[in-house]
Amino acid sequence: MMKDLKQRYCIVGVGHTAYGKNPGVSQIAHNVLAIRAALDDASLTTDDVDGVLTKAPSSTFPMLWAPKIAEALRIQPQVVGTLDQAGASNIGLIQYAISAIELGQASVVAISYGDNPRTGSRASYARARGGDGAVAGLFGAPSSYAMAARRRMYEYGTTKEQLAYVAMTHRHHASMNDNAIFRDPFTIDEYLDSRWVAEPFNLLDCCPVSDGGAAYIITTEERAKELTKTPVFIDGIGQNHPSWEFFRRKDMAASGAAVSGKMAFESAGIKPDDVDFCEIYDCFTIVPIITLEEYGIVERGKGGEFYQEGHTRIGGKLPCNTSGGLLSETGMPGTQLVVEAVRQLRGECGDRQVDNPETGLVSQQGGILTTHATMILSNKGA
Amino acid sequence: MSEEFSEFGELLPEINAINSPYWDGLGEGEVRLQHCKGCGVNQYPAESFCYECGSTDLEWRKVDGGGEVYSFIVVHQPYHAAFKSFLPYTVAIVQMDDGPRMLAAMLNLDAPINIGDRVQPHIQAINNERSVLMYEPTG
Ligand SMILES: [Zn+2]
Repeated sequence: MMKDLKQRYCIVGVGHTAYGKNPGVSQIAHNVLAIRAALDDASLTTDDVDGVLTKAPSSTFPMLWAPKIAEALRIQPQVVGTLDQAGASNIGLIQYAISAIELGQASVVAISYGDNPRTGSRASYARARGGDGAVAGLFGAPSSYAMAARRRMYEYGTTKEQLAYVAMTHRHHASMNDNAIFRDPFTIDEYLDSRWVAEPFNLLDCCPVSDGGAAYIITTEERAKELTKTPVFIDGIGQNHPSWEFFRRKDMAASGAAVSGKMAFESAGIKPDDVDFCEIYDCFTIVPIITLEEYGIVERGKGGEFYQEGHTRIGGKLPCNTSGGLLSETGMPGTQLVVEAVRQLRGECGDRQVDNPETGLVSQQGGILTTHATMILSNKGA
Repeated sequence: MSEEFSEFGELLPEINAINSPYWDGLGEGEVRLQHCKGCGVNQYPAESFCYECGSTDLEWRKVDGGGEVYSFIVVHQPYHAAFKSFLPYTVAIVQMDDGPRMLAAMLNLDAPINIGDRVQPHIQAINNERSVLMYEPTG
């Protein structure tokens, strides 16, 4: 239970639109349809919603985005807002929702993300990073993350083969998920044969650019008990943001996970060992390795081995990215990971269901290891 | 002035009152950085204040620019026409001896580079007005 809150908070509904290629579905439509699906899932309606919070679409940066989504839902909420922590916003927004409810400003908050970079504008995905990036030939997120991966491999001995196991594990999980864009498992040779993007990354180290929307509904435990589905409790949240342009940071290959994770574990009153499964932001294969290490779930330098030894597969010690994650389910920046964690804790995941999980961890991250957030969820409540 | 750099023009940052000494320096074959008279650091990119201590007492100094490779990648994806003829090309993060880390394209590589390798500035003219800072192995 997070510190000094008057009450416990729950995610009571999740929903999403089709992932992948969705020509003709606007950014607004992805948000609205995902929120409506999440409301249906929660047995609530738009009349119940008095807060609308969103992450701005990655492909564009519109002004007054949450009010536009509220309009498209035909509601005039008490609380609206758009947060920019890039991929970490999905948890930052939950923290904002809890604050709003705690202060009596809202009671049921819809949080969404929706974008169509696959079939709409994707200009921002290839823009040069770092101001001087373009002159240096550094374009797009894969190049910058490849820089971080190279450094991490140098500092901690992470191997290319271990990166392959991250990609293969998440793909194996996606093969059991009808919502996933990429469902065909591949071998390490097929991984190595996928074209180079920016060494040390092959194509299969990189998440795809995808259309899609996802949403969740936050309310109090009291309200959640009136609803039909198993409430999923928000037990702990942490944030930490290295913030600087990635190549100027003292420790370029670290993320905010160490501090963010500690904060989340402490606020949930648990230890890393108590986590039954993780949904880790996996925009590139190096990131889950860094994240597991920085969280203290494995020792620094052992994250790759942990994957290689199969511990992160469903049925292993700590299943990770049970829906396929960004790498295989959809390249959406993180909202889908919250959706999957909720479904796992409700036992709705069919072939890919983790065996009776009680506690799940979601990590989120934005920029080039620039922002980080961690959330602990459970179906019991801390 | 090499033909192969002709498409770099559109990638260049605009010159303004703050950064012009840096670009002028490259045009004259020198790497110049802002030096803080308050705390003594050399900084990049240029600003009207020191990032470390906040002092606005800054001056421009010529630096050697040499350093070592902190990380690097080899780019295979054709992101921009300017780099097409160089594919695959190496981009490095260089920890300068004189201060900041710089992001730069590597030229004149006879062999793959490694983290920790010594590198030196290679100031490359791309048109009649502008030159850019690239790096090459220290020879
Ligand atoms: Zn200073």
